[in-house]
Amino acid sequence: MAGNENKLIYTFGALAELGQEITNRKSFQEMIRTSLHLLLGSLAIMRGGVARYSRFRHEINMIAVRGLGEDFPPSFSLSETDEVRFLKTGLAVIEISQAKDDPVVSELAAAQNKKKLEVFVPLVIQEELVGFVFLGEKANGEKYTEYDREVICAMARHIGVGIAQRNMMVELERRATENRRLYDDLRFTYTNTVKAFAAAIDYKDKYTEGHSVRVGKYTEIIAKQLGWGEEETEGAAIAGYLHDIGKITVERNIINSPLRINAKESADLNKHPGVGYQILLPIHHPYADVPLAAKYHHERLDGRGYPDGLEDREIPYIAKMVNLADSIDAMTTDRPYKRRRPAHEVIEDLQRNSGKQFAPELVISFCEALLSELTGDKKRLGFTRMLGKEYLLKQDLIPQLKTALNEMNGTSSLTLVSLD
Amino acid sequence: MNSSVSIEGKSVTVFASDYLNKLSGEKIERECKEFLKSGCTQLEVNFKNTEIVNSIGISILLGVIDAASDFEADVIFSDVSEHTIELFEMLGLSNRVALKLR
Repeated sequence: MAGNENKLIYTFGALAELGQEITNRKSFQEMIRTSLHLLLGSLAIMRGGVARYSRFRHEINMIAVRGLGEDFPPSFSLSETDEVRFLKTGLAVIEISQAKDDPVVSELAAAQNKKKLEVFVPLVIQEELVGFVFLGEKANGEKYTEYDREVICAMARHIGVGIAQRNMMVELERRATENRRLYDDLRFTYTNTVKAFAAAIDYKDKYTEGHSVRVGKYTEIIAKQLGWGEEETEGAAIAGYLHDIGKITVERNIINSPLRINAKESADLNKHPGVGYQILLPIHHPYADVPLAAKYHHERLDGRGYPDGLEDREIPYIAKMVNLADSIDAMTTDRPYKRRRPAHEVIEDLQRNSGKQFAPELVISFCEALLSELTGDKKRLGFTRMLGKEYLLKQDLIPQLKTALNEMNGTSSLTLVSLD
Repeated sequence: MNSSVSIEGKSVTVFASDYLNKLSGEKIERECKEFLKSGCTQLEVNFKNTEIVNSIGISILLGVIDAASDFEADVIFSDVSEHTIELFEMLGLSNRVALKLR
């Protein structure tokens, strides 16, 4: 009686350890190896192995073996018919000597030398065959008892659950990877569509061809310089690409006027931020601030901008970025009524208007980015491609940029804390 | 905690640690297999420091017994506590290996 009690206590201890092992989040391989140890140790079984079944390849792959010898094959095949048969059998101990016709057994028999296996257990978990446990003789040389079979089934079920969990995790990871790929494809398509829109906006204005694309690029450069993450930076670029979308409703002759436009035309043109906002608002953008950038990209920190005359912290941050990018492009490209300004003048203008029209930290970020490209500290950010080498090198901008950066304070004089 | 070893010709004694679990057990199994490969014919696992052997420890000891049988070497478990002897007997290890009480 005492012997039986001790056996029960010992087996229960092994079962408890196995339960703990299965729920441990360490390596799957290690978990299976330890589980096999626990199963073999609990009934003092000389040898055994755990295999995982792939229902896609109809293959049984050994994932842990003890004492089966180096010749033991790492995998077996299993037909769909046999899989169905095991599903019907369920999780049960099958005596190898009584299942000579079984294809798994005949493969095992062919594989065995003196390292004999006595029983095997198909691991059927929630009506799915996830693997097998193979077991050799007991150390005491006796046949497996009913008690042993119950212990084996209980422990094999634990191991099967561990394998099923792992399969589920692998499937989840596969789906997550697939979702990520689909999401990336979607983002790529979205970005390309936005760029196509930007090109369409620019096509309307022959004098500012490429303007939206450049504003997108400048906004992206500033966002990167600010240390924004990949997705936020992409959102900023999108806001730049689409900031002038409202212009598609403005008469072409107003946009393309070679002369300064009159008050009425100016009023029409000035509606484009609001119109852009209305166009962009119903679209479900991955980046929420895109419509706001269109609406407020002509606002100034000092409140002298339009359409709403917002001041500093009332202006969405993304709109401040697009405003700066828009102004940089306006100053550095030829317009119908004026030639582009030399680069050193543009920097002077940015510095002078920092804290009035432009957010100082954004001007600093822009100057830092330009300086890093000119000094070769960073790989080319795109300034040379957009502005031309000759334009950038006409005057040595490096000392001017360094001085400007030394003189500028990163905080707006209008407000110390931006709540954006 | 680590096992230690004493070698006399082709006889090797490996001393098991206080708790024969997976980590310490696998080390002993590796050592024993190495000695068997290099010609050891008398393998003794000494349990004088060992208080607990869990089911993983049993599986590992079975691995040692199996390896010794492959190499046709004699194996003996010595200085085994009364409690551990009872466990070995209950599980039938005594059928495969000579046991010496502490």
